[in-house]
Amino acid sequence: MAYQYKMKLTDEQKAILEGSQGPVKAKVMETIVRYGDMFEATELVKVTHGQGHLVTSFGLSLLKPVYRTMDELIDAGLKVEEGFTMDPRPADFSNTPCSLIDKLLIKTILYGKQKDYEEQLRKLGLVRDDAFSCACYFDEMGNIPSKGDVLSWAESSAVNYANSVLGARCNRNSGMIDIFGSIIGFVPKFGLLTDEGRKAKWKVIVKTEKKPLPQILGSAIGIKVMEDVPYVVGLDKWIGTELNDECKAYLKDFGAATASNGAVGLYHIENVTPEAVEQGEKLLVEGYREYVIDDEELERVYKSYPNIWKKPEKAGNLAFIGCPHLSKVQLEDWADRIIGAVKAAGRTKVAVDTVLCTAPPVREAFARSPKYAQLIATGAKLTTICPLMYTSNPLTKSKRIMTCSNKLRTYSMARYFKDDELLAIISGKKED
Amino acid sequence: MKEFKGRVINGGYYKGEAVVSHQGVNTLATFQSSALAHASKVTVADQNNPDIYQKNITGKALCLPQTIGSTTGGMVLQVICSMGINPACMLFSEHIDSLAGAGVILSVVWENSKLIAIDRLGQEFLDTVRTGDTIEVTEDGIVRILD
Repeated sequence: MAYQYKMKLTDEQKAILEGSQGPVKAKVMETIVRYGDMFEATELVKVTHGQGHLVTSFGLSLLKPVYRTMDELIDAGLKVEEGFTMDPRPADFSNTPCSLIDKLLIKTILYGKQKDYEEQLRKLGLVRDDAFSCACYFDEMGNIPSKGDVLSWAESSAVNYANSVLGARCNRNSGMIDIFGSIIGFVPKFGLLTDEGRKAKWKVIVKTEKKPLPQILGSAIGIKVMEDVPYVVGLDKWIGTELNDECKAYLKDFGAATASNGAVGLYHIENVTPEAVEQGEKLLVEGYREYVIDDEELERVYKSYPNIWKKPEKAGNLAFIGCPHLSKVQLEDWADRIIGAVKAAGRTKVAVDTVLCTAPPVREAFARSPKYAQLIATGAKLTTICPLMYTSNPLTKSKRIMTCSNKLRTYSMARYFKDDELLAIISGKKED
Repeated sequence: MKEFKGRVINGGYYKGEAVVSHQGVNTLATFQSSALAHASKVTVADQNNPDIYQKNITGKALCLPQTIGSTTGGMVLQVICSMGINPACMLFSEHIDSLAGAGVILSVVWENSKLIAIDRLGQEFLDTVRTGDTIEVTEDGIVRILD
């Protein structure tokens, strides 16, 4: 029996649903319409920034239904007309610690379908062979929506950044829904696509005595508000009101922490993010709740993070920096800090395996600079993979991974350290 | 016997055992290890969820507020449904979240899955049902706790 839709559809949309453009496109449309009906969407609206971003960048062997679905789309001649970027690739044998067994496992079992999957992605509209980063909105990546644009993206941190910092409109879509919306060119209007859904149910008041670490501040807010929209006041004192490279990098890491420690798809920062600049406290709903954050509260949240290493009493032996991917200014800053700290500790090499993660075009540009050679001389590595996917390898569970990323901490067995603590361990300044 | 009425996302009849999570279920962390191992049942691998950690949830009624975590979540549900190791029902106390919602629809439309999904059962449902209870779910979204 044909699906009995509830939302308002145009004649064109109805015709696609009824199979006028083939059975596969009808199934894609049915998926999108059912998805919207579930959330009481009123209608389908046009995707105005046509370049998509997909979360499923890894050829995990177990994703057979995904490969089968992609083949169905390709065989039906469907693709994303304006192309799409992808989350990072999962493996890099040259720039991450990998034993022979790791390589064998990754190549043949874990990510054994990577090559085939990337071939499918090229046929469906992958924009470039280096278009693999969770931060697709970097200038170097070039997938940058304008304010008010409607998107069909997934990747929680990218959706969070696009909504909050760029003022675009996108729901927290799942993998597969992202490409389906991009192919159809329409997405259901509900949630963060509506003015009402973009209003804040929480007023978060930052009352710290020093600049809060974005990863811990975002974590505290995410844990508190979960999927709600927070309106944050008092942060402009520390990050300024100009959306420059430093501010955008701060908000990238802050937002990723709100999205992974909770399920935040949009936040407003008073005097900083575009809708907060325009509307101010009019963005708060009637009867909003308040959450006051001071240094003590941040320390409480920080101390609540568990250490779930198999041997928690031991020191860490691998550090990941850059989840989400480091921006150009962050990469240059971390390179300076590592080079300087290693030298100050009287060493020539880092004390533990250290991997920095950034987008492929950022890495390529950085690799042409003298600072790259200095960084690599310390033994640190620079990769473009997703560190989370590195930890999908069950053999990595015996490693004691350290990170200053709250997202990586949340989704893996990695232990969180503040930036300065991690730098001290990396440089050999202090024992863990 | 207590009875609750929810909204039918994908209907069906089920009678069997409940497994209850009082916190959001992280889909990726819950299912990934079993799927990677091509296991014949899902043994929950999420160490951050003591309610269901190491419990077998295949063929059972998973009672939860919502799902949380990575936006791969919907696709992960599609995969475990295609492998036939999914819970028989997902019974949400709150409005279904966008990731679980996508997973249910992907499973139904693309895998012909019979995964039953009911949402908006209310907090009292989650406060009442206990792991190991026998429950009955009917086509119209009624959930009865029989024990």
